[in-house]
Amino acid sequence: MSTALHIGFIPLVDAAALIVAVDKGFAAAEGLDVTLAREVSWSNVRDKLNIGLFDAAHLLTPVAIASSLGVAHVKVPILAPFNLALNGNAITVSSALHAAIMGEIDGDRFDPLATARALARVVAARRRSGQEPLTFAMTFPFSTHNYQLRFWMAAGGVDPDEDVRLVVLPPPYMVDSLVSGHVDGFCVGAPWNSVAVDRGVGHILHFVSDILVRAAEKVLAVRQTWAEKNPDTLAALVRATQRAADFIEHADNRDEVVGLLAQPERVGVDADLIRRTLEGRLKVSSDGTVRASGNYLLLGRERATRPDPAQAAWLYAQMVRWGQAPLSGEALKTAMSVFRPDLYDGALKTSIQPRPSGAISAFAGPDFDPDDVAGYLAAFKVSPRAP
Amino acid sequence: MSADQSPKIVIVDESPIRAAILQEGLREAGYTGVVHISEMQSLLTRIYALDPDVILIDLENPSRDVLEQMFQVSRAVRRPIAMFVDQSDAASIQASVDAGVSAYIVDGLKKERIKPILDLCVSRFNAFAKLQDELARTRSALEERKVIDRAKGILMKMKGLTEDEAYVLLRSTAMREKKRIGEIAQSIITASEMLK
Repeated sequence: MSTALHIGFIPLVDAAALIVAVDKGFAAAEGLDVTLAREVSWSNVRDKLNIGLFDAAHLLTPVAIASSLGVAHVKVPILAPFNLALNGNAITVSSALHAAIMGEIDGDRFDPLATARALARVVAARRRSGQEPLTFAMTFPFSTHNYQLRFWMAAGGVDPDEDVRLVVLPPPYMVDSLVSGHVDGFCVGAPWNSVAVDRGVGHILHFVSDILVRAAEKVLAVRQTWAEKNPDTLAALVRATQRAADFIEHADNRDEVVGLLAQPERVGVDADLIRRTLEGRLKVSSDGTVRASGNYLLLGRERATRPDPAQAAWLYAQMVRWGQAPLSGEALKTAMSVFRPDLYDGALKTSIQPRPSGAISAFAGPDFDPDDVAGYLAAFKVSPRAP
Repeated sequence: MSADQSPKIVIVDESPIRAAILQEGLREAGYTGVVHISEMQSLLTRIYALDPDVILIDLENPSRDVLEQMFQVSRAVRRPIAMFVDQSDAASIQASVDAGVSAYIVDGLKKERIKPILDLCVSRFNAFAKLQDELARTRSALEERKVIDRAKGILMKMKGLTEDEAYVLLRSTAMREKKRIGEIAQSIITASEMLK
């Protein structure tokens, strides 16, 4: 007899492991009868997971942490036994802002410190001439996109709360808002950066792996109470998604995976865009410049799927840095215990692996130490805000 | 309820008909301060300008995530005290999720004051869904009527029948084949197009 599961997802390429696990029959092989529900907002995914309409969900990692901490919303402890994706976002700016940054840049245009400092000069020049502040969009207040954008601009001396406007926009509205001039840039996942480039309205300035080598982007999230009641089902789900992640990363399976993801009821975008995303080869400018990176999006390779509590600690530190959460040892512990490598290891019968080197290496700022978040935060020039 | 006590309610909905149905229901129940926003660009700016007590939004609207920004500390015009519905009231949350509507409470409105608003919206929302079902059914009935008329015309022309005779032939064939008249009519049209 198979176990029926309802799992929510947002149509993005980084939901691939869940989609392939179901559509390729890996979930069924584990005795799971999974119904995937395509959702339109992260708020919906979070709420439906929290109240039990979903058994599991494709979720922004910081939302899982915020929900467990009870910040800005109801408190529901969430566990993440599996990373669905590391990285995958990019920062895209309008042609006008791209030209302005390139006009001010002193250094390599792929160096985030050089572009951030150039941005600071653009911001200062706009202020002197009495122009409106620049507006940047991201997908959710508790998102890697928000923290990556803030981390980048703050490194150049731009205060994301004072010097620019940061707004939330649903990903499908990003490109249109860039065209209409409502926003000057955004940080979003695939395929929306490529859509902006293909339409000739934006330039991809950075892959987020330029900012932080490995960022825990999306997790497979379950309620703690559900996980405690259904340990075998959860282990089966972890095995099915791991098998899917391995399948996705195998180049021989690329055509089949692209075909599955492109289905209208799944990600539902152009197959070629999905292929470029999986290959990490993105056209970054409408002049045809292509940039490739092995770190652009990690779905299964380089042990990407095993949750690393240090990653959760880094995300919690960003919440504190930008005034979303108070700093406390207890909150840090709660955030880190959202990530459950023990459940991952138990399901896959793997032994504990050492953390891959460079797990939390960012292009700027102090070294990150999960045991000294206060010291880490104090070392930034654009400093923590009072919560 | 007097006007000055009535909470200011904003309905965020791209469907003008559904918003009108919600608005009307709320007005009838004495909630006079109801504003509808259908334009999603600069949604937050408009909400801050209107400064509502309660925001109602369709769960199928991706802009739900935009509203989450109100609960950010750094730029909030003021700190919201509660949102969605109170955590303890799971049945209420469930009902609003099932009905596809959710409520954001922007300031510390008492729960007993938000409950009737939400209940009313849930029932109106369901009424709208029913209305849409009926509309779809009426539309398909109309379509079927047109198909039957065309099939009758074909039979009248090809077999020299009157309109009544053509209809009787359609009906008796449908009964014999255990099919709906519309289905028989459609097969006559298809066949006649193939034989053209």
